[in-house]
Amino acid sequence: MKHKGRYGDYGGYYVPEVLIGVLEELEEAFDRFRDDPAFVAELAELSTHYAGRPTPLYHAKRFSQHVGFRVYLKREDLLHGGAHKVNNTLGQGLLAKYMGKTKLIAETGAGQHGLATAMIGALLGMETKIFMGVTDVERQSVNVHKMKLCGAEVVPVEGATGTLKDAINDALRYWTAHVTDTFYLFGTAAGPHPYPTIVRHFQTCIGIEARRQCIEQAGRLPDLVLACIGGGSNAIGIFAGFLDDKDVKLIGVEAGGRGLRTGQHAASLVAGTPGILHGARAYLLQDENGQVLDTESVSAGLDYPAVGPEHCYLKDTGRAEYVAAEDEEVLETFGLLARIEGILPALESTHALAYVAGLKGKLDPDTVVLVNLSGRGDKDVGIVEQHRPLT
Amino acid sequence: MRSYRDVFSELNQPKRAALIPFFVLGDPDFDTSLSLVKAAIDPGADILELGIPFSDPIADGPTIQKADIRAARSGMNVHKALDLIKAIKAYRDIPIGLLMYYNLIAHYGTQRFFRDFHAAGVNSVLVADLSIDDAEEVEGPAKAAGLDTVFMVTPNTAPERMKRIAARTTGFIYTVSVLGVTGSRDSLSNSVESLVMQLKTLTDAPICVGFGISKPEHAVAVAKAGADGVIIGSRIVDMIEANLGNPEKMAAEVSAFIGEVKAALSTSA
Repeated sequence: MKHKGRYGDYGGYYVPEVLIGVLEELEEAFDRFRDDPAFVAELAELSTHYAGRPTPLYHAKRFSQHVGFRVYLKREDLLHGGAHKVNNTLGQGLLAKYMGKTKLIAETGAGQHGLATAMIGALLGMETKIFMGVTDVERQSVNVHKMKLCGAEVVPVEGATGTLKDAINDALRYWTAHVTDTFYLFGTAAGPHPYPTIVRHFQTCIGIEARRQCIEQAGRLPDLVLACIGGGSNAIGIFAGFLDDKDVKLIGVEAGGRGLRTGQHAASLVAGTPGILHGARAYLLQDENGQVLDTESVSAGLDYPAVGPEHCYLKDTGRAEYVAAEDEEVLETFGLLARIEGILPALESTHALAYVAGLKGKLDPDTVVLVNLSGRGDKDVGIVEQHRPLT
Repeated sequence: MRSYRDVFSELNQPKRAALIPFFVLGDPDFDTSLSLVKAAIDPGADILELGIPFSDPIADGPTIQKADIRAARSGMNVHKALDLIKAIKAYRDIPIGLLMYYNLIAHYGTQRFFRDFHAAGVNSVLVADLSIDDAEEVEGPAKAAGLDTVFMVTPNTAPERMKRIAARTTGFIYTVSVLGVTGSRDSLSNSVESLVMQLKTLTDAPICVGFGISKPEHAVAVAKAGADGVIIGSRIVDMIEANLGNPEKMAAEVSAFIGEVKAALSTSA
């Protein structure tokens, strides 16, 4: 490898020897094509006409009125596929094509990354396999169906809890045996180097657009930028646009599940300790012996015991702050946004909104708060109905 | 304490390959695990390769994953692994290599881990998810504790890299026979013999071959290609899984199988 892929002490590529060669190949291809004019032009063309970039920044006036300060939503939920995930799958999918790979594999939690990969597999005519935990297959059946419609094979993974962690384990195992023709399209800014760097690169468009749009619409930079964090790809995408703006406060909101005290959550930055999982050193939810703990969240997409290495670094350096929102407040906020804005946010993204809702009345009315609405919540309607039946 | 060097030099006149069974410590429970290891030592295991169960074993196929789950559920952890290793060493002074995942070591404290496990009788610790590129994170503490170093070579490891790996090896090179995870396989990968022969031209370090060695004839083929040792894991763990609830039958099958492979390796020498 040319680079270590470290963010401070975090990151790296802690993988079995068999994967080193293919990660080197990926690093080299990414270095070669990221600024290649043909690659950049093709990605820009697809981002605009296939995925729907740029996405709007929307001043949510009624939600603003409710909380008592100015809230702007970055509408990644309006992208093709319904989430920010397509930014990354287009980028990595094209990279796979430029590398001459013919098959794609991916892991998925909520199914958003799986769907975004299945779409790109169809678009580029590549055979696509999606690894998904059995629990997630069940709670996100609509996305499973969509993936299949796009021609992908969905591989249900048992593992310990049948969630995202198990899906990544099996995708890595499969990749180990199929490194020659298969491209692993990793969905979040975590995993072994070079994935955190690659995913960040393809998601940075969110932050670049949002910064420009905020200046245009609000007349200045935001005071706060918030995003939900599972692995952390939408968060690093929007944070990246503001890292150099020292007065902009960055807040990542993790899944507090049933409450941090219950141990049933997925808040690795808030409640974890550094460890090694899926090829990287990062904050990790682990027991006293170093076994990785099961996680719990109402949102499948945040149900992950580790987190991207750059977020770990931003936490330690104090550049970003990380908090958690619990299932109950998330479900409450989901209903609120639907009622007063007519927007169904993904339960993942709703974590960031829930934290903002919790700031109601606590900030100066002129405060400008920018939230990454990373996905739409159509996929979650059934789950919300289970928890909060409409009367 | 008996070393790898002792084993390989004794097996040199005439040249035979060392037989190295793999077990997950505590599979299916502490006591049965100990009796299974004894059942492998008695008919002629030369070295033991042992795993400590981890929640996310990404280099392992379904057989070892299930063994990890069984062992973890029976209460096996890093501390109890120390006790089990001490019990094994009390039965026989046989060299032991650990094959495990980095987080367990890092969490316990790397220096302390190597020191404690060396004291318990371990000869080397192969970290499945730590490549030669980050070897400096473990090499110093391992050497300071008196451990040998063991690293993996896979069929897609470039020759230049093989040389770097060999240069840092004091124990043996763990040669992975296939592109893939652990698991029993019906036939031996056809590239393994050329891989062993290639390694032999690059290094004098002992070459032990694992992943997918499931039958006596696989072991013999690998030995004939020049391997200094054969590592058999999933095939043995399959016998545990097939006989859960019947520890005597497990031990009898393991013992018979080890005896069979040992005989095949000896007569083919």
